[in-house]
Amino acid sequence: MLKIENLHATVAAKPILKGLSLTINAGEIHAIMGPNGAGKSTLSYVLGGRPGYEVTDGSATFDGADLLDMEPHQRAAAGLFLGFQYPVEIPGVSNVQFLREALNAQRRGRGEEPLSGGEFLKVAREKAALLKMDMDMLKRSVNVGFSGGEKKRNEMVQMGIIDPKLAILDETDSGLDIDALRTVGDGINTIMRRPGKAVLLITHYQRLLDYVQPDFVHVLAAGRIVKSGGPELARELEEHGYAEIAA
Amino acid sequence: MTTATLPTRRDEAWRYSDIAAVTAAWPLPAPESIIVPAGGHFARAVVQDAGDIQQIELVLGKGAVASLHVLNIGGAFGRIELAVTLNEGADFTLGAAQIGGGEQNLEIVTTITHAEPGATSRQVVRSVLSGTATGTYLGKVAVARDAQQTDSAQDVKAMLLNRSATANAKPELEIYADDVKCAHGCAIGELDAMALYYLQSRGIPPGEAKKLMLQAFVAGVFEGAEDEARLQELALAKLGELV
Repeated sequence: MLKIENLHATVAAKPILKGLSLTINAGEIHAIMGPNGAGKSTLSYVLGGRPGYEVTDGSATFDGADLLDMEPHQRAAAGLFLGFQYPVEIPGVSNVQFLREALNAQRRGRGEEPLSGGEFLKVAREKAALLKMDMDMLKRSVNVGFSGGEKKRNEMVQMGIIDPKLAILDETDSGLDIDALRTVGDGINTIMRRPGKAVLLITHYQRLLDYVQPDFVHVLAAGRIVKSGGPELARELEEHGYAEIAA
Repeated sequence: MTTATLPTRRDEAWRYSDIAAVTAAWPLPAPESIIVPAGGHFARAVVQDAGDIQQIELVLGKGAVASLHVLNIGGAFGRIELAVTLNEGADFTLGAAQIGGGEQNLEIVTTITHAEPGATSRQVVRSVLSGTATGTYLGKVAVARDAQQTDSAQDVKAMLLNRSATANAKPELEIYADDVKCAHGCAIGELDAMALYYLQSRGIPPGEAKKLMLQAFVAGVFEGAEDEARLQELALAKLGELV
């Protein structure tokens, strides 16, 4: 589904990714762990097409199409979802209005019929309930006045409504208390652990992986994947730290 | 407001105006005069879409309540000038938006005179400007010596879609009473790049994302307006031309 080969990327002319390769197949959940500054967030933004993140070498294909050649909204329509580490507040734009526009723009991009207001609200209600989010919050401005945990749950509600093929979740676990972590973990499993879908979890800690069992764990250090393994690698990292493993 | 001679840019209230356009329109017709009697209610939506200079004089009697909603979008030079006089306990609300692109020059000029005690005035103005357009808001609040307990506020924001667009915002307070509340705030900025990216990452094309954010920026000024749906629709259509 996602094939990254020898990816090099710079931010403000500074090289961050230095030859990263990774293949994710449908039905797989991958976790990328690594110390601060390793390039984890850069990887998610490069894949999501954020302006200012320059690819200088290598390739990334998504279902065989050149991902790096697409605009951010085209990547979304192709089935890519990026869960933000710091979800953005947008005063004056309601969640419901934003998500309905987003979903219908994606559907139009794929040549599908847009959802009616009623159909959309039905889906929104269902996903909000899954993430234990009050429907009233979805009527408020996007993320405005939300706590850190509420913002992260809102990312997952968005993911549920948009129903992507591949979710790249950048530190979705940071800022969550234990109950919220479980809710978010359950949400990821319910929405994404399905045939034909895949997840790339970017995290510092083992704890999210207690709820969302990865099939593969990778260690990212200094812009490259330096070690890959199964779920046991995450526990090893938790025990020994990155310094030893990445060395 | 009843300017007898052709103004020049040395006149404070016309300093950003397109004087050639003013000259072409000179002499201006007499301002529209509206008197709201004591205890009366008045509401009006004003749309400037043809490049006019519109002047309105509004006098509010004791305890009268008036709201004006203004959309300034049309023509090479469009100017809306309001002179509002508030008598005791009167309440005035202005919600205004001006949206211009190309080489448009749009302005809203207000003079709110609190002539007697206890009156309230609220002004909210939003400008969206692209190309080399200019948007100006000049807002004068005059509080007479015995107009104690005046409560006045101006909230003025402009969004520039290009570095070549210009926004002017000038509050002017002339206060002779000593027990008043006069607030004014002003900000000029650009669309937040991270918010735009966030919207796009969810599948909204760049033009639509900008339009959604600008709509949110402007929409609040028309809340509760006479003919709100029409104002929102006209504003959105004009925003669509700019992005």
